[in-house]
Amino acid sequence: MLDEALAAYVAAAREAGNASSLHAAGRHARRTVEESRERIAAAVGARPSEVIFTSGGTESDNLAVKGIFWARRASSLNRSRVVASAVEHHAVMDTAEWLGAHEGAQLSWLPVDANGRVDPASLGELLEAYGEEIAVVSVQSANNEVGTIQPVAELARLAAQAGVPFHTDAVQALGQIPVDFTAGGAAAMTITGHKVGGPVGVGALLLGRDVACTPLLHGGGQERDVRSGTLDTAGVAAFATAVEIAVKGQAAYAERVGSLRDDLVRRVVAAVPDAILNGDPADRLAGNAHFSFPGCEGDALLLLLDAQGVCCSTGSACSAGVAQPSHVLLAMGADEDRARSSLRFTLGHTSTMTDIDELLAALPGAVERARRATAWKTPR
Amino acid sequence: MRVLAAMSGGVDSAVAAARAHAAGHDVTGVHLALARNPQTYRTGARGCCTLEDSRDARRAADVIGIPFYVWDMAEQFHANVVDDFVAEYAAGRTPNPCLRCNEKIKFEAVLDRAVALGFDAVVTGHHARLGADGWLRRSVDQGKDQSYVLAVLTRAQLDRAVFPLGDSTKAQVREEAAARGLAVADKPDSHDICFIADGDTQGFLQRQLGSAPGDIVDGRTGERLGSHDGAYGFTVGQRKGLDLRVPAADGRPRYVLSITPVTNTVTVGPREDLEVSVIEAGKVIWHGSSTPLECEVQLRAHGEVYPATVTVEGDTLTARLASPARGVAAGQAIVAYQGDAVLGSATINAAVPLAAARA
Repeated sequence: MLDEALAAYVAAAREAGNASSLHAAGRHARRTVEESRERIAAAVGARPSEVIFTSGGTESDNLAVKGIFWARRASSLNRSRVVASAVEHHAVMDTAEWLGAHEGAQLSWLPVDANGRVDPASLGELLEAYGEEIAVVSVQSANNEVGTIQPVAELARLAAQAGVPFHTDAVQALGQIPVDFTAGGAAAMTITGHKVGGPVGVGALLLGRDVACTPLLHGGGQERDVRSGTLDTAGVAAFATAVEIAVKGQAAYAERVGSLRDDLVRRVVAAVPDAILNGDPADRLAGNAHFSFPGCEGDALLLLLDAQGVCCSTGSACSAGVAQPSHVLLAMGADEDRARSSLRFTLGHTSTMTDIDELLAALPGAVERARRATAWKTPR
Repeated sequence: MRVLAAMSGGVDSAVAAARAHAAGHDVTGVHLALARNPQTYRTGARGCCTLEDSRDARRAADVIGIPFYVWDMAEQFHANVVDDFVAEYAAGRTPNPCLRCNEKIKFEAVLDRAVALGFDAVVTGHHARLGADGWLRRSVDQGKDQSYVLAVLTRAQLDRAVFPLGDSTKAQVREEAAARGLAVADKPDSHDICFIADGDTQGFLQRQLGSAPGDIVDGRTGERLGSHDGAYGFTVGQRKGLDLRVPAADGRPRYVLSITPVTNTVTVGPREDLEVSVIEAGKVIWHGSSTPLECEVQLRAHGEVYPATVTVEGDTLTARLASPARGVAAGQAIVAYQGDAVLGSATINAAVPLAAARA
């Protein structure tokens, strides 16, 4: 957590008071919550009433996709199609699949190109074919694995023209690229605290005032009757502080980290000439560098780099912790071997050139060793 | 040393990893995911391949303070252990999948990958001793001894194996786990075959191999006594489940004497016809001195030992038992011991009945 966010958290957590209570302590907490709501709204180009606090990205995605689906289908039974990109985070993808399996939703997955980017024309065709039968469209602002930035403004415009609500998961985007809820034209947007230096366990769904959304959680109706549950005043205060700082520093961050990242990519490709950079080479998140190392297994490479103090990820992990080939890379047309040979290096606020020097010192040897280690797969 | 600790999620492998770490080795924990779909393998405390076991292993690694990864060995396990298990039964033999897993997965696929990644050895929680003299020996806990299922390892495999538990009893291992704060200290032991979720081996084989009706015949007279749904459903020495309508002339129980896959025939006879005195085995691993040699042999996991004269010629091991053994099944391992030390191991191909050996 950022020091400023932590300080805001501690200050608010010292105060007693439930923001829903009417007594003085409650009023004080309420004020902290509402000021936080206003600060977040101002930072992301939304109205305060459009900020629905949640427990984080997963809840916000579930609320948007299920809640808007249910509300739309309640208004007309044949509005039962869910459209999402093939590279969504599991919080959106699995939610859509659940609606398909349990709520009779029809699903349409928007394909991506080799860089992981959705072509707006593909959404146009679906809107043409199904129109009002589409309950909700959900496309991430930027991909969490390969970092590709999606053309969400254009997608939102197409959906709005057809009268279909458009949701975007902007968890990866906030603080990395400019985010403006109103200008972007989405009906709903997911953001979360811990990706911007705030606390884990607090996030928000930005939800247009006229967008109907059936609640997931029933109870006191604290958040516009769309979300119930006593608010975490301290978490919300820290979240607001982190969002403000992330948005204010976004341009400088993108420039500094983006140039570090470009350096990393250049040096990795120089050191391992057949390494493949995955994702859009230009239109990508500043801190994301994602490669396939042909002939290696990502988990072997991770083990070797981890042992030398370099932290990286192989992508999505399944429940048993076995690295499955990433659905994102498969959707981009990679085969299973290439998907399994992939590794993501993420840079952030604390990253320095020294980190990149250390990675490059370890990487060539690790790649060479990991390549030798694939022989174990050959059956005897 | 840089060592890789195979961590099943059970108490033994957790303590083995902890001991290796305490001994100053650079330990990395690895849980082997062996099921293509983890939910299909047995659940709960009996297993070693479930999601819960994977979490238990990770939790233990975190407490010990070592890096931990999950390695997906499902394809290798299926090809080398599960498919082999089914094929062996189909061939009328009785395989030992735990032995096979040690031979082909833990000390081949995993060990090879570990060595390629720069590790010096693989640590497991097996109850067996492997001392500085290089001899594989029984655990001090005779009841938990696993040297029988490790005897298949070659010299090269043993040279890269570490078994830290061989000098301790299971009770001591559990005590130590509790003292080290490992939550698996009182986790029940696993017993059954890990890839047969409900413990119903016959049902599993039936699903894999389908129905193949054949005859049950008398070993002495050749008379057809009944029929069966699949010869793989029988193991040499088995008495129950024959479902014979014709009682033996002398009214005594009958046992499975042999299984002949070519004719899909199960041969039965009286108990004394199960007695064998000469065993022939192939796929020999031999660490002992030149043969013939007087020693003891063990013919199944946790089975009794028999004094024998063992001769190794080429890839054939012949054991002449001092006293007859009963119910010796092809496919099982014969392991030769001198005292506690493992001299060698081989896979039983044929057991010659006492009567024939005398003739």
